[in-house]
Amino acid sequence: MIKLVGLVPLLPLVGFLIIGFFGKKLSKGLAGVIGSAAVFAAFAVAVGIFFELNGQADKSVTVPLFSWITAGKLSVPFSFLIDPLSSLFLLIITGIGFLIHVYSTAYMHDDEGFSRFFAYLNLFIFFMLLLVLGSNYLIMFVGWEGVGLCSYLLIGFWFKNTAYNNAAKKAFIMNRIGDLGFLLGIILIFVTFGSISYHEVFEQAKSYATGTPVLTAIALLLFVGAMGKSAQLPLYTWLPDAMAGPTPVSALIHAATMVTAGIYMIARSNILYTLSPDAMSVVAIIGVCTALFAATIGLAQNDIKKVLAYSTVSQLGYMFLALGVGAYTGAVFHVMTHAFFKALLFLGAGSVIHAMSGEQDIRKMGGLKKYIPITQMTFLIGTLAISGFPGFSGFFSKDEILAHAYEHNKVLWFVGILTAGMTTFYMFRLYFLTFKGTFRGTHEQEHHLHESPKAMTIPLIILAVLSLLGGLIGIPEVLGGRHFLEEFLKPVFEDSSFRLVHHLSHNTEYILMAVAVAVMAGSIWYAYKTYVTDKTVPAESEEELNPLHKLVYRKYMVDELYESIITKPLNFIGEGLHKVVDNQIVDGVVNGCGYVVNGVSGVIRKAQTGNIGFYVFVMVISIVLILFTQLF
Amino acid sequence: MQISINWYLLLSAVLFTIGVLGVLFRRNAIIIFMSIELMLNAVNLLLVAFSSYLSDSKGQVFVFFIMAVAAAEVAVGLAILMSVYRNSKSTDINSLNKLKG
Repeated sequence: MIKLVGLVPLLPLVGFLIIGFFGKKLSKGLAGVIGSAAVFAAFAVAVGIFFELNGQADKSVTVPLFSWITAGKLSVPFSFLIDPLSSLFLLIITGIGFLIHVYSTAYMHDDEGFSRFFAYLNLFIFFMLLLVLGSNYLIMFVGWEGVGLCSYLLIGFWFKNTAYNNAAKKAFIMNRIGDLGFLLGIILIFVTFGSISYHEVFEQAKSYATGTPVLTAIALLLFVGAMGKSAQLPLYTWLPDAMAGPTPVSALIHAATMVTAGIYMIARSNILYTLSPDAMSVVAIIGVCTALFAATIGLAQNDIKKVLAYSTVSQLGYMFLALGVGAYTGAVFHVMTHAFFKALLFLGAGSVIHAMSGEQDIRKMGGLKKYIPITQMTFLIGTLAISGFPGFSGFFSKDEILAHAYEHNKVLWFVGILTAGMTTFYMFRLYFLTFKGTFRGTHEQEHHLHESPKAMTIPLIILAVLSLLGGLIGIPEVLGGRHFLEEFLKPVFEDSSFRLVHHLSHNTEYILMAVAVAVMAGSIWYAYKTYVTDKTVPAESEEELNPLHKLVYRKYMVDELYESIITKPLNFIGEGLHKVVDNQIVDGVVNGCGYVVNGVSGVIRKAQTGNIGFYVFVMVISIVLILFTQLF
Repeated sequence: MQISINWYLLLSAVLFTIGVLGVLFRRNAIIIFMSIELMLNAVNLLLVAFSSYLSDSKGQVFVFFIMAVAAAEVAVGLAILMSVYRNSKSTDINSLNKLKG
């Protein structure tokens, strides 16, 4: 199966080409079937690869496909690297990708751009697979840019709406800022190690001393790329706006897969980070700050997708916290469980929006439990999983991150647990406001309420099962498990793990878990009291909010801040350049040429009298003059 | 008696100058045409004179070519003149100033 790895990205690419070129001629059903089948076939191959890799001793297989770039010292083969990390990501991408394709066949059914949507989704899957499969940084970069492009295309999918287009452009431009850092990082890697293939770079990096400045520089530059792609402070503002895209896109790209590319990249380059503790501290601090910052914003949002978007930013911050404290397995574990429950929550939100005829404001929902029971059940499971309810998948991954954070630095742990409490609160706030109480929407919406079709509910149920049970592959030793995931990923992180010693006593771990569960229970209770017992509904108008609440509701005015400190000055400079350099200097030169030619010819044309005698006279005089100058 | 080459040169120069002055100062197109022919033949004379002086027949061969070309040129030139005359009822070159810039 490993030999067939080329098929994994190829199938979605073929799907894209077929749907992209013949989309107009295909019926809607056929376009959906081709798109989903391509991803399902890729998933089947990925499963085969996973089991074959798990069964064999050699845990890192490079499959060369063809020679790609050879120029001077640089030689980049186009080859794929199969190891536990990439095979796990393959499963996540193709598995969840397939479920979301199926969901989309129903969700997008009435959209005129149906086949275009599936073409983009397949293209996205192709680039994402390229990103995780590449055996060197350049292939990763190609995938990295490709998913950015697909993200742009899908956020602006309904391109007739200017606001959506602006959101798409914002996402693209902010990502570009990060990509610059990533590209510089790759260049610095090439300059330092003379190669960009993972094997050679990591092999050489091992011989460097801990804290070598160039490694820190590389690690920080790569992290700038991750900041953009994975929506970390200060480049996170595009992700909440990206919710302009169709909901399945939010679930697939902006929750489950693309935004975790930054985590994948750092986990892949773990040795570079392990050897530069300063860079790791930066990663941890940015991660934990983002987690807290986004969680506080999430507390006050009223748009169902915005809450989930900030929650995604916050959870991504969690993963970076894990990377920053050296819990690479924990980060990958959380990527996986997060992919399950966040995809579930987004798809659930999509189902709610579908039932509510397009309404996204949770103030207008309420009491949906009896109308859409399957969505409600699965949404509840997702909410419990993200809150870290014992036994659910989020519990194990979050607990692992927090334990490592505690051991590394108690402040990080404290902020982490605070964020966890907030996460629980806003997720239950969302849940209670949506499904409990009485219906607050219009009569027409109430009349129209209905459960979604099977193509939507079945993916929800599968994801709910995964969210419930996904944690079982990572039960820590302290709870009597054997942490299959850690065993599985060991070959990838072994060079890092002996440099980072982990030991917490079992008692401490029990206490940490108890604290986490207590915080979660407290948050659920508080949310229940506020939104169910007291039946509080967020204020209709902004004026009724107190100043702090208003500030949070307005997302700390970060967008306005960026607008005034970056966009406005840039526009001002641009305007100045336009008025002075472009209008005066450049146009001056161009117009000046015209004026000079005009003026000179105005004088010269007077010589063209039409008098032939005069012409002949001038000719003779000229010949005589030429002869004279030639002869004497 | 051998006539020295200088005389030929002188005659040729005089003929050529008459031709140039005729082109410059006469306004009748036919006269100008004749002046041009005069200049051509001044050159022909020179070619023949040098041919004989240097005992090289190339110059005389060349003259035949020039005469043939000149005959063709005269045919074309006179045809142009005819059509000019039909249009403007005159052969005064000062009336031909329609291309004035």
